[in-house]
Amino acid sequence: MTISQTRNIGLPLMNLLKLKGFSILLQLQLEEQLLRTSSENWCILNDGTSDPTVVMGVSGKPAELLEIESVVLDQVPVIRRFTGGGTVLVDDGTIFVTFICSKDAIPGLQPYPRPIMSWSSLLYNKVFQGIGDFHLRENDYVFGERKFGGNAQSIIRSRWIHHTSFLWDYKVGNMSYLKLPKRAPEYRLSRGHLDFICRMKDYMTRSNFIERTVEATGFYFSVRSVDLEAIETPSNIKFCPSSRLLAKQELEAAARAL
Amino acid sequence: MALRMWASSTANALGISCVSKAHLSPAFSLPRCFSTVLDGLKYASSHEWVKHEGSVATIGITDHAQDHLGEVVFVELPEAGGSVSQGSSFGAVESVKATSDVNSPISGEIIEVNSKLSETPGLINSSPYKEGWMIKVKPSSPSEVESLMGSKEYTKFCEEEDAAH
Repeated sequence: MTISQTRNIGLPLMNLLKLKGFSILLQLQLEEQLLRTSSENWCILNDGTSDPTVVMGVSGKPAELLEIESVVLDQVPVIRRFTGGGTVLVDDGTIFVTFICSKDAIPGLQPYPRPIMSWSSLLYNKVFQGIGDFHLRENDYVFGERKFGGNAQSIIRSRWIHHTSFLWDYKVGNMSYLKLPKRAPEYRLSRGHLDFICRMKDYMTRSNFIERTVEATGFYFSVRSVDLEAIETPSNIKFCPSSRLLAKQELEAAARAL
Repeated sequence: MALRMWASSTANALGISCVSKAHLSPAFSLPRCFSTVLDGLKYASSHEWVKHEGSVATIGITDHAQDHLGEVVFVELPEAGGSVSQGSSFGAVESVKATSDVNSPISGEIIEVNSKLSETPGLINSSPYKEGWMIKVKPSSPSEVESLMGSKEYTKFCEEEDAAH
């Protein structure tokens, strides 16, 4: 038996689903389904999403967070997701990494927001070891003072999800769809988007990041790859995802209500 | 230690108990503090409380829960007239970029929802057992309340849960 095989004994199983250019709405709905109806651990890696899309957290108010006129004019889809946290504009330059775990998957980890966030930073410390000045700053992943990864979570009775959108690259023009949020981390210091964020591509290639993330995951789990087609919804469970696309009328009504 | 003894004796006099959190491993540690557990309420292992008065049961989340969750910025609640079942989620709170399900300790019909929480979600942090109540329910199965933990049992439950992590 090799050393790596020996080490894997006793580690909980993690199903790894690798996607590329997958719809972020479908990804979110799949994640919510796996969180609420599966008892297994899942890591989903989606390398980019095809269409530029705004994704708000569960409590996001479009009129406060978005330049609605531009969003509607340019027909940018707006999604409200099931997890907490802020607003992001995602596209083919965004890499998504999601962990869905049962509460006992990580020994000693309490299923609350701050411990889960702390654990995630340990995993990503391994990913970014020797690369840039990486750390978890308040609830963001940063190189130095600049954010390149935004996080959100959802915690249910016996399971949790922690998902991240990484800015491997972004288009400057797209940032103009987003207003400065009222709730912002202290370290942001009122900086505009372009002074606050940075690109992961300045530090590593996409494939290197994905490879390192899978390797770091293997430190905590015994990882096995699965195909999307192999994931079934249990027939005896009725599930309706809450992540959804906001209708144009909803956005326009929100703008008028301001 | 002196502060802990003072807090304990004060709590005894007031009919409340304090959960003292054990210090955890550095990676996952939480700040050391005391959370309040009130006598006269019943508690679920998912950290909700129930106050049963006559035909009405008031439900919220405990001081232990709000402390672990952090600042609550948004509360999702059901509408009055709906129903809840024991152990199932009826709503959620958002804190520190996370939504956390809130589960009902008992089954019944929702007769009132705390509308103040939409404007002032922080009431859950500042007053988890009073102003931060979440729903009022007409219990459909009163024996369910008796199956919940009392204050001493819940205090011990929290201490053991924190110590195990």
